[in-house]
Amino acid sequence: MSLFNIFTVAGSAMTAQNQRLNVVASNLANADSAASSNGQPYKAKQVVFMSTSPTGDNGISNGTHGVRVSAVIEDQSPMKMVYEPSHPMANPEGFVTMPNVNVVEEMVDMISASRSYQNNVDMMNTAKTLLLKTLTIGQ
Amino acid sequence: MIDKLDHAFRFYQDAANLRAHRQQLIASNIANADTPQYKARDINFKDAMEGALTGKRGVILVTSAPKHIASPTGTGVAAGQQLLYRTAVQGSVDGNTVDMDVERNQFADNAIHYEANLTFIGDQIRQMRTAIQG
Repeated sequence: MSLFNIFTVAGSAMTAQNQRLNVVASNLANADSAASSNGQPYKAKQVVFMSTSPTGDNGISNGTHGVRVSAVIEDQSPMKMVYEPSHPMANPEGFVTMPNVNVVEEMVDMISASRSYQNNVDMMNTAKTLLLKTLTIGQ
Repeated sequence: MIDKLDHAFRFYQDAANLRAHRQQLIASNIANADTPQYKARDINFKDAMEGALTGKRGVILVTSAPKHIASPTGTGVAAGQQLLYRTAVQGSVDGNTVDMDVERNQFADNAIHYEANLTFIGDQIRQMRTAIQG
């Protein structure tokens, strides 16, 4: 029954979007962390999405694709240098290396992730309605 | 007798199968709305339905080993439909061609057609029952 596949596809997308939301939360929470667990300033993280091709019972791909997070990469953009001579981690010139988190970008990413998540929930609900209707055929 | 019943329901059965298959394709388009380089796919419902009605059921399974079962008529309605690529209205920088407005629109449209199809099947079954029971 191919409608059941929608649950797999939408479920994989929800997991992926959830992970993206998690990364955004981590980035926003650490936007001002001058030192992370490894002693270096925190670097913004980004997820990379990749489509997967689940195969049917017969081992043949039926053209539907789910999503998965293939990697979590570190943003390579330059760190922010903030002039704050009184900061304990300031360099001799008085600058502190702050994380390269762009708060505006993260907020946009957050809205995009939550919208995509909602879309997938809607999709699941529609598939559920269709399946339940199918079960009542002939009654 | 039974094959006549089967024949009576065949049209709506094929249509429902195709609709379910298309629903699944659009679902994967929406799921991959943020995946770089993903190209939105869809089928041409009219062509697929005509193919199903004329018995031309898409691809025939290739038998590359002696133990493979040959399928002269193909398998199922949805098995061999030609998958097409959607023409992007507005291209995006990451090479993704999913347009959320189009996909949501088609998803809802397809869902309603599927439900309508189910109603028709239900009606037909009711008619058959009336004819049988008198």
